[in-house]
Parts: sequence; structure tokens; C-alpha cells
Amino acid sequence: MSDARTEIFSRVHKALGRESLSPEQRKSLDERMASAPELIRPQFSDDLVKHFAKQLESVSASFVRVKNDAAIVSAVTEHLDSLGLKHNLVVAQSLKDLQWPKNFEIHSGRARDNDLVSVTGCFVAVAETGSVVLLSSPESPTTLNFLPDYHIAIVKSSQLVRHMEDAWTELRQLPGGIPRTINLISGPSKTADVEQTLQVGAHGPRSFHVVFVE
Amino acid sequence: MQPSSHNFKQNAKVALADKDLQIALAQVQEGFINKRARVVDKLAEFEQLREQGKQIRNHTLEHLDYYLERYEQAVTKLGGHVHWARDSEEACKIILDICQQAEAKSVIKGKSMVSEEIGLNDVLEQSGMDVIESDLGEYILQLAEEPPSHIIAPAIHKTKDQISDLFVKHHAQYGYSERQTTVPDLVNEARAVLRQRFLEADVGITGGNFLIAETGSNIIVTNEGNGDLSCTLPKVHIVTSGIEKVIPTLDDATAMLRLLGRSATGQEITSYTTFSSGPKRPGDLDGPEQYHVVLVDNVRSKMLADEFREMLRCIRCGACMNHCPVYGSVGGHVYGWVYPGPMGVVLSSMNLGLEETKDLANACTLNGRCAQVCPVKIPLPDLLRNLRRQQKRNLTAWQFVTG
Repeated sequence: MSDARTEIFSRVHKALGRESLSPEQRKSLDERMASAPELIRPQFSDDLVKHFAKQLESVSASFVRVKNDAAIVSAVTEHLDSLGLKHNLVVAQSLKDLQWPKNFEIHSGRARDNDLVSVTGCFVAVAETGSVVLLSSPESPTTLNFLPDYHIAIVKSSQLVRHMEDAWTELRQLPGGIPRTINLISGPSKTADVEQTLQVGAHGPRSFHVVFVE
Repeated sequence: MQPSSHNFKQNAKVALADKDLQIALAQVQEGFINKRARVVDKLAEFEQLREQGKQIRNHTLEHLDYYLERYEQAVTKLGGHVHWARDSEEACKIILDICQQAEAKSVIKGKSMVSEEIGLNDVLEQSGMDVIESDLGEYILQLAEEPPSHIIAPAIHKTKDQISDLFVKHHAQYGYSERQTTVPDLVNEARAVLRQRFLEADVGITGGNFLIAETGSNIIVTNEGNGDLSCTLPKVHIVTSGIEKVIPTLDDATAMLRLLGRSATGQEITSYTTFSSGPKRPGDLDGPEQYHVVLVDNVRSKMLADEFREMLRCIRCGACMNHCPVYGSVGGHVYGWVYPGPMGVVLSSMNLGLEETKDLANACTLNGRCAQVCPVKIPLPDLLRNLRRQQKRNLTAWQFVTG
């Protein structure tokens, strides 16, 4: 008996009514893979930031605009205080050295089960869908995006792209190739599995807050 | 699971008289149909996107050998492993071996219809492993010992009261003995119970909404984040998928994602769209040490050869069942196997054979709504008519033989 892989490929060839592809066919498919054909992108005419904010709102995420990097800490503090949360944070490596007030407890690294709030940056954000795109790395472990109850993501205006395809264009330029995990996050964790009633905070963060730096 | 499709008529009678079920099914209208209509109306390009989605899926199926090879190469290059399974038994054996090699005691699962199709949980449990479904709907059904009745809202047939009863019965062992009656309290209790299971699990198993040949990634689309924890916390991540789920590039995936959320839950995008590619990289502080993909054939290569190839375009959104008057009247269990509704009639007939499924193709009014809402334009009524013709031929042949 042949091995499963050989047999499945032989079944597929039989189903397609041919043997393996000719060099010409293969070349044309290689070309399609190397530069995908331009596909339909949903058009929207409003300003990118406005659209991004509107989309975030529609997925139950919150959004605040600040003028510069120096205002990030106060925006995060205000958000924590508005929710009555302690000033204990797990943060992505790049945010560890912000001017956090002395009474904040900050650690970086992977999230632990008892971490309540995480603050991360992002790779890009997509205005089309109101998505923040995060890549796994030693500096920004994936657990930061899922284990804590509250996730705050910092998005810089230079990171905002129009369509999801624009994110892929940037991704393909990464020198180290693609990371283990790409997360497109569009709102808090939610479920409608009990009588189709929408409830936030199923397994991941109960709240997703974006601080947008102009 | 043991199919009961041959009992369709009998099961339908019971379902029609089931008051709780009828209350639950009445919510499909607002829950799915209206939400989808609103979000589709908002997008001027939706019809063009459907046609494009059909073309992308057709192109991929036409060159399935090429894209599977490219996908396998990409996964392997990243240090992942691709396994091939001719049928359910082989798929379960591969997965069991991986779990045993990892000395797994506890397995946490994201939602995967292929794992239902191959009957994975039973096999792992028989080998002494603790298997936990983490999608809330699937978890509720695991407690109830029932199969899903909908491909994206598996517990749609359950009322809140029934869920309260299940939680009281099964959560007392974790110290939750008070009966919760509100949706937030029920969800919170499940979150607390399952969080512990996530942290303990040795292996995480998820499905793959799409497999990308360009990058060797599997995509999972969730709202709960359960699939994401399942593929991030355990030391081994196993993906179960059909061989037809591959698509060429990230851009093609994007085109399909624009159709999937809108068609499934009426969402422009779900909370989480996650691309997993290989095991964790050197220096990563979390993520699995091993990444395996188990590609299942079952009847897929056979369907590729015949007039049911169009069914392989299916992206498992569930829109066809949401819009089906028969599904809306009797629910998903009556269909007797893993996949219900119009898409389920075709897939059950292909997988189980026409004798077991003889009544399914007739459980259809041919009103055509399923085809109108299908994001990849599968002509479901034509496929059902075709099944009826085959039934008739079989019946005639049988009468001839028995004379």
C-alpha cells in the first residue's frame, strides 16, 4: 500500500484528469504566487483615522487620540482610572521605558494568568476593518493579547494603513520572514453562544482600548 | 459519531414538537438573517466579492495539487509538519500518535468541524486523555454529550435554562455550586473554569478556516479568543483541516475573509483573525514548540472528480442553513450527522452514502435561498436535485434487482 501522501496526490491528479503540471503551467502559477492579482478592495471615502475610529466603535472597542508619545502614559492612566483598575501592567518590551509614574508596577515578558492589564504596540492597524495587527516576537509575546482582562494597544499614525492588503505588503518586507503568530484584533473577546445574546469577555480580554498617537 | 440520517422523518416529527427547540430556532431570524442582511447592504462590492470568491476557490481547486505542494513546502520550511490522512481513522491515529509522543494528559480544542467529522474526541478519550472543547457552544455540548446542531453556533438549540442546569451539574466539582441564570454570569463561570484548563493543557487542537500556500499559515477566525489560547499556551499545536481548505496567498485569504464574517455572523470582521505559521521562533517567550497540520481527504478527492466539485468551494459560514426553511423548522440534529442544512445534505450524502441519507435531499423546498446567500455561489439546489436523481436511479436499480 502506498503512503497516504502519494495516494492522496494520485487521487487528486485522477480527479483533475491529468498528471502533474507542465513546466509552463507551473511557471504561470509560480508567477501568480509571487505577485497576486489585484483583488477587489472595499472603497471608503472618509478620512483614514475617522474610519478606523468608527470601525473600532462598531466592534465595541474604545479609542482615544493623543498628540504625541509623551501623552501615552497619561492616556493609559486615565483609562485605568476610568475603569477603577490598579496600576499594574504587563507591557511589550518597547513600552517598558516610557515615563511610567513611580507607583506603577510594570513588567514585560509573557503574560501570566494573574496579569489584569496589558499594554502593547502593534505592527500596523487597518482602517478598513478597525483591526490592530500584532506580530509575535520576544518583545511582544502573543499571551499579552489574550490572557489579561484588559488590553490597551498603542497605534501610531504612521502605522495606520487603509486595507488589509497594505498590511501584507509591509509584512512581506520583514527581513526575518513571517512570525509564528499574526493577530488581527478587532474588538474585545465576545460570544453569542448562549441564546445568541452578545456577551463580551468570553476567553480573551473583556475590553480592547486603542490609544492613537498622532 | 454514529449517523442517524436514515431516521430523518421520525427525528423531524420529534423536533417539530420540541417546544424549547422551536423557541431557539425562532431566534435564527434576528440572530443571523437580519444581521447578515444589514452588513451586506452596507458593502457596495459584496456581489462582486462573491463572484471573486467563487473564482479564487475554483482556481485553487483546479490546481489543488500545486497549492497543496506549495503549502506543504512553506510549513516544512518553518519547522512545522504536514501529515496526510486518507480517511478519518488515519487522521485520528496520526493525531493520537502526536499526543502520545508529547505524553499529553490534557488536550484543549478550538472549534473544528473536521475534528467532529473524523470523530477525534472519542479516540483521544478512549486513550485516557482529558479532552476539553473551549468554544463556549462546543463546551456546552460536550457537557450535554450532544453533537453540534449548527456549524458556527453549535449550541443554538440550547436554552439558557438548559445551560444553567448543565453548569450546576458539572461545575460543582470546581467549587461553583450556585445556579447562574443570566448570560453574563454563565459566560463568566465558563471563562473561569476553562481558563484553568487552558493553562494545564499539553496539546492544543484547532481547525483552519483557510490554509495559505504562500506563507504556510493556518487562519482561525474566532470571537471568543478560545482558539487563540488553544494554539498559544500548550507546547504542541495541531491543526486539523480538509485538503480543500488551501488558498494561494495572503491577498486571496483577505478576499475570502471579507466574505466569511459577513456571511456567517453578519460581522465585517470577527474579534480575532489569527495566522499561525510553524512553531515558536528562537527567543519567543510563548507559543508552541511543535506545529502539526493534519490534512484529511475522506471524500474530498472523490468530489473533486465529479459533479459535486462545486461543493468543495464551501467556506463553512453557515449562511445556507440560516436561510433554509427546513433547517429553520427542524434544527440541525435531525440531519443525523456532523454537517446540517443544505451544505450538510450534500456533505452527508457524499460521506455516508445515499442509502443512509435517502431522505435528506428531499428535505428541501428548492426555494433557492441557500444559493442566493452562499458567499462562493455554490448552486446548492442543483446539487440537491442531482442527489434526488441519483436516489431515484438507485431505487429503480434496487427494484429491478428485487423485482
